Formats: sequence, C-alpha cells, structure tokens
Amino acid sequence: MHELSIVTSVVESVTESLEDYPGARVQEVRLRVGVLSAVVVDSLEFCWGLATEGTPLEGSKLVVKMVPIVMHCAHCAADVELDGVQSFRCPRCDEPCSDLRQGRELEIESIEIEDGAASEAAAIQVE
Amino acid sequence: MTTRIVELRRGILKKNDELAASLRRRYTSAGVFVLNLVSSPGTGKTAFLERTLRELLGQGARAAALVGDLETDNDARRLAASGAPVRQINTHGICHLDAEMIAKHIEGWDGVTLSGLDYLFIENVGNLVCPSSYDLGEAVRVALLSVTEGEDKPLKYPTLFNSADAAVITKMDIAEACGFDREQALKSLNEIRPGIRIFETSAKTGAGMSEWLAFLVEAREKRESLA
Repeated sequence: MHELSIVTSVVESVTESLEDYPGARVQEVRLRVGVLSAVVVDSLEFCWGLATEGTPLEGSKLVVKMVPIVMHCAHCAADVELDGVQSFRCPRCDEPCSDLRQGRELEIESIEIEDGAASEAAAIQVE
Repeated sequence: MTTRIVELRRGILKKNDELAASLRRRYTSAGVFVLNLVSSPGTGKTAFLERTLRELLGQGARAAALVGDLETDNDARRLAASGAPVRQINTHGICHLDAEMIAKHIEGWDGVTLSGLDYLFIENVGNLVCPSSYDLGEAVRVALLSVTEGEDKPLKYPTLFNSADAAVITKMDIAEACGFDREQALKSLNEIRPGIRIFETSAKTGAGMSEWLAFLVEAREKRESLA
C-alpha cells in the first residue's frame, strides 16, 4: 500500500508545474499506469480526494489510463503485447520473453487546467 | 475562463529515480557492488544475509548491510553477529525503502565509506508489492522465496518477481518436510522471469551458498569491468 505516497508525488509534481500558470485551477489529471507498476488504481482514486485537499488540485478528477505489457520477442523479432501477467511468453510463438519494452510506466501524461485571472491577464498583455 | 490541456509526460517517481541514478553512479565510482534483497516477511532474508556476510568476510571481502524494517533494530543486531558493519533503517510504517532513505543512511555511518566496501547489501522491508516501484540504485535486485511459501508465489506477485535479476529459494533443508514441489517453483519463476538465475539455498546447512557466493564475485567483477 504505497498508493498514498504515489498520489502525494503526483500532487507535488503537478503543483510545481502550475508555477507557469498562475491562478490556474486543475480540472483533470491524466496518468499512465503500467500493468506491471505495482499500483492499484482503486487505491489511487481512494486517496485522491484526501491528498488534493487544500491544494490547487482540489476538486479535480483523476483519470488513469492503463498501459499494457509489451515484450520484445527475439524469436519473432517483434514487439508483442501480453494479455496478462501470469506468463511472460510470446502470444504468437509461445517462446519465453524477458525483454520488457512497456508496462512499468508510472507517469503524469497531462493536466487539464482552467486559466486563472492572472494568467489570462498575462496572455492579453502578450497579445 | 479558458480550459486547456498541458502535456507533462513526467515520471511520478522522478525524484526517486533521479536520486537512485545518482546513487548508482556513486556506487560505481566507489567500486561497491550493491544488491537489493526483497521478499515477504518471514522468508529468511536475515538468516540468508547473515550467512552471506559471514562467508564473504571469511573470504577476505569487505561487505556491509543496510536493513529496513518498520520498527526495531533486531535484524541489525542479528546481522552484526556476522562481524560486518550493519545499519538499521526504521521506516516507521512505510512499506518499502526508497532512494532517499538509502542516501541518508550511507552518510555518517561509523567509519563505513562506500569506497571501503566491495559489497553493500540492502535488506528491504518484508513486502512483495511496494519495493518493486522504488529503485535504490542497486546493481542486482534479488527476490527471495522460501519453501514454506508456496510454489506459485511468483505467479501471485508477478510485478516484483518480473523486476528481479536473480532469485533465491531459502530453507531448502526443510523442503521435503513441507512437501515443496521444486519443479513447480522453478517453473513459476521461469514463467514470470524467463531465464532468471535461481539459487536453492539453506542458511542453516550452507547448501547452495557456494554457488551464490561465486555468482556475487562473478557479477561484481563483470560490473567492475564495465565501469
């Protein structure tokens, strides 16, 4: 159960990136989470409200996109997607695969923000 | 008010990953080979590590250990019986070690410096889930499982076993009494991490320890030649 510390890192990271958008309010935070990342999405969502309270992310929605496992199969000389996590074998040729290309992601893909009064004013000045 | 999407594409554990990368560079330049030992509570990490330290010291190698637990310094005291320098990390409720805890504990360690070591073992908190997300800058991640835990443990915890570089089966001396199905255990490990190096050991009888120690020496030399 380390989801609270994961969510806390997300909040810190997004808050930091908001420095470029003064006064902006976050509406949505989109994550990419690998099937092999050892993170439980339900627990992330459960922690979200608590971790965002009193931050510029308060009231925002958490959207999690799962990233499937992709292995490189040396036998087929191709990247192949695995259906589950119970067998690391190529679904085409059934040979074991140990070269992981995707599936451990744990990243913030993007955020949707509503510009604040300060940044709107700045934008107008630039125009 | 306008709404817009800002692309961030930023790793959530970026801080940990960056710190782990800088630790890895420090370990390499100091010439110390670092291993991260991960298992469930009760697998026998401490007994296995104590024997490993004792045997390495007996061969004239310089080895030390950091040991993570939620509370108590019991494991540090047990490991210190090997004669190696040992430092306890108490996480006070946190279920894994992270790079920051390691960075903090390799400083101000009673006369121990990275460049004065050949091997540094990090015994992680007993947990088969969370430690898999946190890079500690180690050269080798070792997953341990005991003969009492069930041969399908790797299938139940694929995220951790898939991230391991080597696997150690412990308590082989009681395998028969437990009805341990060796073939099934090896098969489970190979399903989740094809080709993984597997050591079948007993800290009590010393079975399998010579293969494990030979692996340590060989893996360290290989790393040194790459550095």
